[in-house]
Amino acid sequence: MSVPHALLALLREGPKYGLRLQTEFKSRTGEVWPLNVGQVYTTLQRLERDGLVEADGEVERSQKQKRYRITPAGAQELSGWLRTPPELVPPPRDELVIKVLIALQVPGIDIHELLQVHRRHVIEVMQRYTRIKAEAAEEDVPLALVADAELFRLEAIVRWLDAADVRLKHLPSPAPAPPADVPLEPTRTMEVSP
Amino acid sequence: MTSALELRQVSKVYGSGPSEVHALSEVDLSVERGELVAVMGPSGSGKSTLLTIAGSLEEATSGQVLVDGTDLATVSRTARAKMRRRSIGYVFQDFNLLPGLTALENVTLPLELDGIRAKAARSTAVEAMEELGVADRADRYPDELSGGERQRVAIARAIVGERGLVLADEPTGALDSVNGEGVMRLLRAATQRGVAGVVVTHEAQLASWADRVVFLRDGHVVDQTVAPPGAESLLAAGDR
Repeated sequence: MSVPHALLALLREGPKYGLRLQTEFKSRTGEVWPLNVGQVYTTLQRLERDGLVEADGEVERSQKQKRYRITPAGAQELSGWLRTPPELVPPPRDELVIKVLIALQVPGIDIHELLQVHRRHVIEVMQRYTRIKAEAAEEDVPLALVADAELFRLEAIVRWLDAADVRLKHLPSPAPAPPADVPLEPTRTMEVSP
Repeated sequence: MTSALELRQVSKVYGSGPSEVHALSEVDLSVERGELVAVMGPSGSGKSTLLTIAGSLEEATSGQVLVDGTDLATVSRTARAKMRRRSIGYVFQDFNLLPGLTALENVTLPLELDGIRAKAARSTAVEAMEELGVADRADRYPDELSGGERQRVAIARAIVGERGLVLADEPTGALDSVNGEGVMRLLRAATQRGVAGVVVTHEAQLASWADRVVFLRDGHVVDQTVAPPGAESLLAAGDR
């Protein structure tokens, strides 16, 4: 979450005080990301230093009373940022993928049971996000968008687990673990992430 | 308390000898009034069989099916048919509205089949359609309705009257995700008014609308979710 750009976006509507920026940030992002007023002021100071915002009005006041407005450089920065794709490559190191790959090497593990443990957990988290959506006011579109984003991300994990289940369908049932002092056969190593 | 639906050690076997298929094996499941349960599983896991048996559209090979405490196997054919009409509502993937009847006539039909007089049936049906926001579409034929409206009419038909159990098989059909969500909202609202609901789906997002998700694999119930904690816990987790 880029707090500086979110603040620039709010200032694009007109000059605002720090406190108002904090409240608006919360309501516009579905109140999912907490942001304290201290963070708002530090961010504004940095934006001012970089020439992206400036004090609105002549008189030099205390920070609390200071109103900010976006500069042309700030507007340009915001517009560029909105169009910059987020970092998708290289993929993030996915803990679940790594766990399943490791589980395949561990003797005595029932891989389908393991996949189900994770599937249940992910769906329980999805139930909580859906509950938020179900209980939210219909006009709270930002909250629905935030919940949707999480739900689609989590659904992708469930679909990956389902696909893994099918791919591993013909895996023999777990063999008993070999005695510890027998050297294990070398296993093919797999590059998980760069 | 009597459960709206209870499956006790239900098994279903199709065919016999070498071609025998065990669609369900010793399934236990109870659903209370006011509860929405989702049954999830890959294709061929037995989800649809579970639903048709719960709705008495098909008989179990062994085990008991109780609807509102009545064992379906112990009552006469006629009584079972009556129960099916009066206590159970079905929502199908492709909606299954009768094309030659208007939306209102589709919703009224199960009541009339049940011997309720036309006028009373009509006003009960209008109520159900109002609840689902499609009362203004009463005189339209199914092919004059949008996909979302058709599904609302289908749900109205499933909950009309005194039905205490609604069974839905992939009820969002080909609707897009936002309209599909609308269907789940309606089913959830119906269960919150005291109906028991069972939804069969392979989609995690739809299943997540349920109070409880039961996982089926190769005809066995292998797992189920535990009651989710409140939403606050997620918002607090935003600090991580």
